Amino acid sequence: MKILAFGITKEYIGQSEIELNDDSLSTVAHLKNRLIELYPNLKSLNSLAIAVNEVYAAEEDKIEQNDVVALIPPVSGG
Amino acid sequence: MIKSIHLTEKPLDITRCREFVSHPKNGAEVLFVGTVRNHTDSKNVEKLLFETYKPMAVKEMEKVALTALNKFEIASIAIHHRYGELNIGEIPVVIAVGSSHRKAAFDACEFAIDTLKTTVPIWKKEFFTGGEVWVSAHP
Repeated sequence: MKILAFGITKEYIGQSEIELNDDSLSTVAHLKNRLIELYPNLKSLNSLAIAVNEVYAAEEDKIEQNDVVALIPPVSGG
Repeated sequence: MIKSIHLTEKPLDITRCREFVSHPKNGAEVLFVGTVRNHTDSKNVEKLLFETYKPMAVKEMEKVALTALNKFEIASIAIHHRYGELNIGEIPVVIAVGSSHRKAAFDACEFAIDTLKTTVPIWKKEFFTGGEVWVSAHP
């Protein structure tokens, strides 16, 4: 699946987009754990939300290989 | 149309926001203008960079506007936000609310900016003398 990174997560990952293909990652929680294994700096954030297809997702939400996932570190607009 | 949502790299137009909510039935028009300040705590801020996940940010801004319209006795709302590099004194956000009575307009405007700051995927990086930091990223 395609994973988009924004703000500080883009710096931690080193690019704005990665491709992660792993059928065993069936929920948002699984994916988040895998990303933290790959990029341990993500653990230092105040929060890390996940959006699936441009909508905030819950930890237990299912994800599919063709979903577009986005990493949402703490937002700070305004 | 009772809401106006705009996310742009270009300078925001305060008059356009005010005119959008302007209506003869209104007794109040509340305008919030967010500006880039030159300091955070003791740090001397030189400029800000706003990054956004644009398609999702627009959807979340729409949600903020709809929730405000449902929650408060207001007639209309405009939420405009800018991204890219902004210098001191420039305007990253404008919110305008029109209503019959001022209290609902004040409350809705405060609700909209507070909610935007917690839900809309926009990120701010501060460039200050001797460093840079993504705001709110770390404890």
